[in-house]
Amino acid sequence: MPDILDPYRPRASLVHGADPRVKVVVAVASILVTAALPLGAWPSYVLLLAAILALAVAARLGVGFTLTRGLIAAPFALAALPLVFSTPGAPLGSLRLGPLALDASVPGLERFLSVLVKSYLSVQFAILLTATTRFTELLAAMRALRVPRLLVAVFGLMWRYMFLFVHEVNRLRIARDARSADIGPKSGGTLAWRARVTGGMVGNLFVRGYERSERVYQAMLARGYDGEVRTLPTGRLSASQYGILAGSMAILAFLAVLGILFG
Amino acid sequence: MHIPDGFLSVPVSILFWVVSIIVIGYALRRVSRELDERKVPLLAVLAAVIFAGQMLNFTVTGGTSGHLLGATLAAALLGPWAAMVVMTSVVSIQALLFQDGGILVLGANLFNMAIVGVLVGYGAYQLLLRAFGNRRWALPVSGFVAAWLSIVIAALMCALQLAASGTSPANVSVPAMGGIHALIGIGEGLITAGALVFVLAARPDLVAPAAKATAGQKALWIGGVALAMVLAVLSPLASAYPDGLEWVAEQQGFLEAAREPLYNIIPDYVFPGIANEAVATIVAGVLGALVVAAAAYLVAQGVRHRAMQQ
Repeated sequence: MPDILDPYRPRASLVHGADPRVKVVVAVASILVTAALPLGAWPSYVLLLAAILALAVAARLGVGFTLTRGLIAAPFALAALPLVFSTPGAPLGSLRLGPLALDASVPGLERFLSVLVKSYLSVQFAILLTATTRFTELLAAMRALRVPRLLVAVFGLMWRYMFLFVHEVNRLRIARDARSADIGPKSGGTLAWRARVTGGMVGNLFVRGYERSERVYQAMLARGYDGEVRTLPTGRLSASQYGILAGSMAILAFLAVLGILFG
Repeated sequence: MHIPDGFLSVPVSILFWVVSIIVIGYALRRVSRELDERKVPLLAVLAAVIFAGQMLNFTVTGGTSGHLLGATLAAALLGPWAAMVVMTSVVSIQALLFQDGGILVLGANLFNMAIVGVLVGYGAYQLLLRAFGNRRWALPVSGFVAAWLSIVIAALMCALQLAASGTSPANVSVPAMGGIHALIGIGEGLITAGALVFVLAARPDLVAPAAKATAGQKALWIGGVALAMVLAVLSPLASAYPDGLEWVAEQQGFLEAAREPLYNIIPDYVFPGIANEAVATIVAGVLGALVVAAAAYLVAQGVRHRAMQQ
């Protein structure tokens, strides 16, 4: 049953139908190329954005979908903000904060904006991948790409119980809110008291999880579990999938060369 | 603390991928050797619990709220290797599915939160539990301090990575990340302590095994404490002398010219009488680490002495 948290958006499209192994490799390569592009390579950034939009349209996700979800990493931009002031170059303006005088520079602003745009583009590739690939397909792709079996098995089972515990957390929160009068930012006693209540909720969740894992294990044993998590074998890539892989890689290589030569 | 893609340079990202793959690969081997086949459901369900538990928050003041990372709690309850696998799953799923942290930089995020966070939290927790002995308050106090330390050290590591990538100058990122997470860490510490007290009351058997450590684990918690000390020495050094990291950034072609740090937030850790400031900073840091270690050792000895007399 799809959950509201599940990032997968079911559609009938060529992108959804592509082999998950190809999609994972192309997504990682795209993010790698984005990261490797020099700062200020604006034409390449625009071309990457065009590729993202084309894929979003082809996947029938809509243009707005990735563009707005891509803002998820925006708050981290604060970490790169000092670049505006610490990079030497043509002065842009000066900011006075009491005794401190911060001089913004044009190259500094360009570096800052480049970091931001590159981060924004990378996030969209990741969103495209998860919106068009089922989690089970991602797991099979990871296994095919030699991620350790134990880790993939833990990922798979974690995914299955994650939503259950998220809903459990929501019920715990409703119970907490129902028991405490919310009269402002300081409602519910002292800071230590509030933290202890939350700590108790986490501990409670942990004990419930521990006990559930024992029941899960018993249920798995009853169904013949012998310590080995078996997955369906993934077949060979078809010629058309190889074609998609080669085509995407060629485009990415072209963008990388373009960015590095003329960035 | 989840770094998004684009904020770390390609060489830094790849370096931390390599380190994380080696350490997590070793952790996976240890886990499959030490736990029986029950490991998969146990690790998976507890990873789901930590993932969901991170959504529990409490108001600190005004608009800010504290929530959990969970590395120390997992290390205290599951031991270091299983905790590392659990945190690896949590951080990876957050990056892969919810874009909370990037994919190319996942190696660095895993290193900070699943490796440094777990090792430092585990090391400090074990050290303090030993130092305090069988006191009623030993468990929550150790949990609080260890969780706070694991957050701050992981944040310092994150700041160093940003500085080495040329994304944020060290003299800004180190004090800023350290300062913010010194506050966030208090929330982490309080929740971890509260959770440990709850588990101790509800299922004392789950807390007990963490207290007795085998020979291999002893080396590990000492390693965790040592890691914390190295990073605590390294980051003020990098902050006072960003040139070292800038040199790395310059080699990568991101910095066009040498530049003057505009201002220093952190005062220089200068040891009087030593001309070379870099040496002085290291000496000051090492001396500080030694004083902390000696104090912890003396407390532990005192506690053991009293325990033997009783």
